[in-house]
Amino acid sequence: MKKKLLFVVTAILLIAMTITGCSKNSGANQGDNVTEKTGSISLAGSTSMEKLCEAMSEVFMEKYDGITVTVEYTGSGAGLESLAAGSVDIGNSSRGLKEGESSKGLVENVVAIDGIAVIVDKNNNVTDIKSEDIAKIYTGEIKNWKELGGKDEAIVVIGREAGSGTRDAFEELMEVKDSCKYAQELDSTGAVLAKVAATPGAIGYVSIDVVDSTVIGVKLNGVEPTEEQILAGNYMLQRPFVMATKGEISEQNDLVKTWFDFIKSDEGKAVIEKVGLIIPQ
Amino acid sequence: MKRKAIIEKIANIIFGVCAIVAIFAVCAITLYMFIKGTPALKEVGVFELLFGNVWKPTAANPSYGIAYIILASIVGTGFSVLIGVPIGLLTAVFLSELAAKKLSEVVRSAVELLAAIPSVIYGLLGLMVLNPLMYQLEKSIYAGDQAHQFTGGANMLSAIIVLAIMILPTVISVSTSSLKAVSDNLRAASLALGATKEQTIFKVVIPAAKSGILTGVVLGIGRALGEAMAINMVAGGAVNIPLPFNSVRTLTTQIVSEMGYSQGLHREVLFTVGLVLYVFIMIVNFILLKARKKEVAG
Repeated sequence: MKKKLLFVVTAILLIAMTITGCSKNSGANQGDNVTEKTGSISLAGSTSMEKLCEAMSEVFMEKYDGITVTVEYTGSGAGLESLAAGSVDIGNSSRGLKEGESSKGLVENVVAIDGIAVIVDKNNNVTDIKSEDIAKIYTGEIKNWKELGGKDEAIVVIGREAGSGTRDAFEELMEVKDSCKYAQELDSTGAVLAKVAATPGAIGYVSIDVVDSTVIGVKLNGVEPTEEQILAGNYMLQRPFVMATKGEISEQNDLVKTWFDFIKSDEGKAVIEKVGLIIPQ
Repeated sequence: MKRKAIIEKIANIIFGVCAIVAIFAVCAITLYMFIKGTPALKEVGVFELLFGNVWKPTAANPSYGIAYIILASIVGTGFSVLIGVPIGLLTAVFLSELAAKKLSEVVRSAVELLAAIPSVIYGLLGLMVLNPLMYQLEKSIYAGDQAHQFTGGANMLSAIIVLAIMILPTVISVSTSSLKAVSDNLRAASLALGATKEQTIFKVVIPAAKSGILTGVVLGIGRALGEAMAINMVAGGAVNIPLPFNSVRTLTTQIVSEMGYSQGLHREVLFTVGLVLYVFIMIVNFILLKARKKEVAG
């Protein structure tokens, strides 16, 4: 008798679960059907934007089943050239457009802003550094904090590995490309953060969103590394992530318009924040 | 009768397939490494790649010299073996010749535990304990030195110490068993001739177990050469001449740290780095094979 009862209860539970599962699925399908479009969007350009593009296109393609997004990482200049030549829909660039590029009819659409913070360990009393001094630290001209008015402590120069987008951006913005002398090259943001926190006299750079209370994010030329200062344009270690189009977005085909609408939607903004970037105003 | 024959046949096939899986894996890996590793050799130039000492893969004029990286692997492995092997060998002598049974059991289980510790734990300890100590040492040695770049303790020396500890269990366990395999007749003969216990150990037992000990050393070299995780955490990771207080990068950590975002020729060169490492390991295994053959023959 008891066994029979157990069987019946289990059966009812199973059926109930199946029904609720089904109803959920059908609901999701209905949502997708409303926005059914087919075709493909091609992007080419900046390697630094790989993380953003991969995350964005993944979420985008999940929502729009029929649209395929292909991204090539050829470098900012090459991407904009392909766009001007008409071989891609969107040119990715991790810098603002140059005059020669705008005059070809390319339009700059800033989708996100990449901000980098320079960090030092908690016990360092140098918390405001001029940008040219940071460049000198990274090229090995300044080797001790006392040269910047701090303690008599050697500077341990920590950076990221070759190929890292953060390293690329930092060296480019500081104009120290390929002339940095690193004492340590670490292969993740977390490792840089942990090393700087643990090593007296260390200096490092990380994406602005990960700076926490274990380190000090130094002021650059007196400007604090905060989202507000970046959006106001005062903080210099920042660069725009541009998805350029040939002509205004309103002149593009439906698919490209859908792509940009998606980026500006809450879902798109969530992706931008998730990869550690700042949403432009 | 018939059923038995069928079962026999099926079992045969299953065993054969299992054996083929391993052989297939080795052949596939070898083939893959050579196919992926050689294009960059051609593109960059064998000489520039293997003997160039400037590693700037993302520069405007990229340069792909891995000489310092190869050298760091060789120096790191060499010195860790120089430190680890004497300690390991003497431990093995202690275990097989001198220690009382109970003590010997304790030491042996400690060694076994040492072998089972994952390399990331070694790395973590190196990172949290060894590196700060090294930084103190570095500060006192290079105090006031303007030319030296301070590394915060993540350097070649840290890597060597971690590697030396990591190869200990291999050297100890292989050496112990080969020392134990030496016939007691030899020991008795030596003692009967009036040699002391120490003389017997160093003049008779160790020479008799030579090829077994050598096997342990070669296995240790293989382990040190192939270690990536622990080294990645303690060695600093900048490409430099492998001096004790320089931050260095080895063949393994080179691949681990740059594979993520590399592309184009940079990525191809990383495969070549893998190929170089693979060739080194093949050489080590070849030596091992020779040593074992000698052991069987002797």
